[in-house]
Amino acid sequence: MTLRVTWRASASLVGTVLKWMTVPLLLPLAVALYYGDGGIAAFVTTIAASFTVGVALERLGDPADLGSREGFLMVAATWLAVSIVGAIPYLVAAHGLPGIAAATSPGSTLGSPVNALFETMSGFTTTGATVMGDISFDQHSHGILLWRQLTQWLGGMGIVVLAVAILPELSVGGAQLMDAEAPGPSLEKLTPRIAETARALWLAYAGITAVEIVLLYGLHHGGFAPNMGLYNAVAHGFTTMATGGFSPEARSIEAFAGVVQWVIVPFMLLAGTNFALIWQALTGDTDALFGDSEFRFYTGVLATFTALIAGLLFTGPTLDVVVGPIAGELESSLRHAAFQAVSIVTTTGYASMDFAEWGTAGQYVLFIAIFLGGSAGSTGGAVKMVRWLVILKSLKRELFTTVHPEAVRPVRLGGRALDETALRGIYAFTAVYFVLFVAATIFVAVDVTRIPETLSALEVMSAVAATLGNVGPGFGAVGPMGFYEFLPASTKLAMVGLMWIGRLEILPVLVLLTRAYWTS
Amino acid sequence: MRILVVGAGEVGSSIAGSLSDGHDVIVVDIDPERVDSLTYSEDVLAIAGDGTDTDVLRDAGVEAVDVVIASTDDDETNLAVCGTVDTMSDAFTIARVKNTVYLDTWREYEGAFDVDFMVCTDLLAAEAIVRVIGLPTAQDVDPFADGLVEMAEFDVPADSPIAGETVAEADRFEELTFVAVIPDGADHAEIPRGDTVIYPDSRVVVVGRPPSVREFARSIDPESAAGKVEDVVIVGGSKTGELTAAALANRGIHPRIIEYDEERARELAERLPGATVYSHDATDPEFLSREHVKDADAVVATLGSDERSLLAALLAKREGVERTIAVVEQMRYVDLFETVGVDVAVNPRQVTAEEITRFTRERRAENVAIIEPGGAEVLEVEVEEDSVLTGRTIKEVMADLPDGVVVGAITRNGDYVTPRGDTVVDVGDHVVAFVQASALDEVTSKL
Repeated sequence: MTLRVTWRASASLVGTVLKWMTVPLLLPLAVALYYGDGGIAAFVTTIAASFTVGVALERLGDPADLGSREGFLMVAATWLAVSIVGAIPYLVAAHGLPGIAAATSPGSTLGSPVNALFETMSGFTTTGATVMGDISFDQHSHGILLWRQLTQWLGGMGIVVLAVAILPELSVGGAQLMDAEAPGPSLEKLTPRIAETARALWLAYAGITAVEIVLLYGLHHGGFAPNMGLYNAVAHGFTTMATGGFSPEARSIEAFAGVVQWVIVPFMLLAGTNFALIWQALTGDTDALFGDSEFRFYTGVLATFTALIAGLLFTGPTLDVVVGPIAGELESSLRHAAFQAVSIVTTTGYASMDFAEWGTAGQYVLFIAIFLGGSAGSTGGAVKMVRWLVILKSLKRELFTTVHPEAVRPVRLGGRALDETALRGIYAFTAVYFVLFVAATIFVAVDVTRIPETLSALEVMSAVAATLGNVGPGFGAVGPMGFYEFLPASTKLAMVGLMWIGRLEILPVLVLLTRAYWTS
Repeated sequence: MRILVVGAGEVGSSIAGSLSDGHDVIVVDIDPERVDSLTYSEDVLAIAGDGTDTDVLRDAGVEAVDVVIASTDDDETNLAVCGTVDTMSDAFTIARVKNTVYLDTWREYEGAFDVDFMVCTDLLAAEAIVRVIGLPTAQDVDPFADGLVEMAEFDVPADSPIAGETVAEADRFEELTFVAVIPDGADHAEIPRGDTVIYPDSRVVVVGRPPSVREFARSIDPESAAGKVEDVVIVGGSKTGELTAAALANRGIHPRIIEYDEERARELAERLPGATVYSHDATDPEFLSREHVKDADAVVATLGSDERSLLAALLAKREGVERTIAVVEQMRYVDLFETVGVDVAVNPRQVTAEEITRFTRERRAENVAIIEPGGAEVLEVEVEEDSVLTGRTIKEVMADLPDGVVVGAITRNGDYVTPRGDTVVDVGDHVVAFVQASALDEVTSKL
């Protein structure tokens, strides 16, 4: 059996990415130096490790041998590699080094390698599911908690997209690599050169993040958000635009005033929008955005879910919750409905309150929202709006051709007829997505019988759906104020896999598991 | 005027023939046999050679030519002819194309390809079909004066309420003029007087405001014309069929298209969001009945081959379709088609020749429709200072013009004016008139 994949070329490029990962690691290092509450050793170690491993891998092969097959391997391996290397700061901070004391308090759960890997994968894939029971600066240093936020921001627009933007050696195969990583059925080139497209996407992404940080910090200065200091503004800017959902606050966005929650909603909405369209709108072509059929469907779905949940909350039972009265209160019903609908549909995973305290109807509506996802080309996960839209349209077509069997009726998206092969790809993706969901649910349901806690069906299903869709919080024990730490290690590892597969939209990872990929 | 026609196929010969009575026509064609036969059949100078070759063009005297008409069957050749002529002389260039992409470019960018006027055969045919569909009993409809005026030809069936009436009785419409009546079997159109009787199966030609023309159509055949046209089935997804469907969709009619070839059907379905496309054999009776083709207000057969179009049109007729329209590629089959039962036969080449002729005629004649049989014309003139019409009443003008002229309609500053004996014509008015073939030369020079 001969391998038909030049894996050395893929490994070499993964090495290049690891080598460059030392640069973003400088930010939490600087923060650790500034606050002086520990973690300096953790980041110095990681920078050294990342650089050494990166350079070693780089020498394994010649990146020029990268073909389309090697591209899949490179993208999938990159995400796994950065997650493994990215876990090092948590481990070093928890255990210390010979001669250097641990920065993290002994009560932290991040000392276990499985937990650290889960947290990093959840970070890079912008899932936002956490195994940290107690998120506070008492337990963790400022540097470590910022690294957690930064992993999401790096993963949001895509590590490979970033690599294509800055590494000249990726200019030729870059489009194919980005296609394997980018969310949605196809990649849109904005400029003739792929590196410029990648730069444009990252520029729009970084720019909007900066605007959000300024706004949030502005609220703090205006006296509207006492606890939204510079650190929190940056930390939340990183995870909003990435549709990540990590927060250095234990109670997520509930910790902030209503006005902060209102400011975050439109940014989550933008994060779930196709960045290619945002770029076109920013360069003057606003029709491209507002006329786009996926964007219209996306905003329509968000409006519908918001209205539905707001209605349920407004008329629902009087809740005895920390955030104050909701039932009968128009502003707070609307705010929590809009925040939660947008947060879950875009797969951000922030919480303005613990939605486990809602009535069951509201919770089930949110559970369905876990499967929707943001737009193609956004930072959101799950199935994506464009696929649902195409599926609805093709169902309508099926109904028509049942009556008129000879009719030829292409499925149109924004006036353009979709290729039947593209349609098949969309059906296949959605089918595989649900097969994977069902299979993983069965595995988790069986696996959790080994632990003392009993989980309800909704809890199990939501945990699987939230990790596969890169949403983050599920319901009940794994809800927004809960955590995934109590699950068995095998389940957590399976979920690491789900997050990885979910972020890369399944097929680029699954294809690596076929014999045909390696040998024929 | 000296006119050079490049390409002497059906369109080129037809244009050369109709222009040769008033102009000096030179024809260039690559086929020496065609050139020979044209030399004897028409009063033109025919030269054998390649119309894109500067030597040939120089032989044809291109420097002294006023208008060049490129009407070969090849689009690129026609464009190359216009480009070559443009570099050699100041002649006005006219090109005939099939590909609508060229037409779109030309419309968007003035003077593209060095073409001064461009006509697209398939598009003209499609427009003709749509006009005919718009008026359920009309044989031919032509717009004049930017659509303010319409000329329409109708066959009067035996059971029509106006069959047997005199023109004075049938003309119940203010803004409508009867300009010609062609009795069944006659070889030319007659100018009707008030007491002319409209016999069954004769053909009438009217000029008027479009709403009046429509009302008149209803009075000829109240049953079939009463309902609005909503359901049109196009059999055959040829280029003409596609353009017809697109033009219908622009008017809010969502046509159904039946195309046998699956790939072509898919292509049509992608390009025409307003149409429903079926991929099936249009001669399958089970399919036709399942899709209720018989309920269509009109069926258009555009299969690309005359035999198959005829078959499809006749089948549709047998299914019970009220009106069938067929595209006929061969000019000589037009009459045959209408004889065996197809309601209207549209010949793209004839339509094209008419369009080019209208443009090339004396510059003042802006628009022309040819009435067959007999070759009479309905033409539109913008009145200038030196016209015989200027500042006089219609009655006075008529005394100076030969018999065989009827003023059908006048438009003034974008408004319709019903012509009466005492109507005074001003400079700048557009006059739409019917002119017998025998009077054409004299009238066009005086108007």
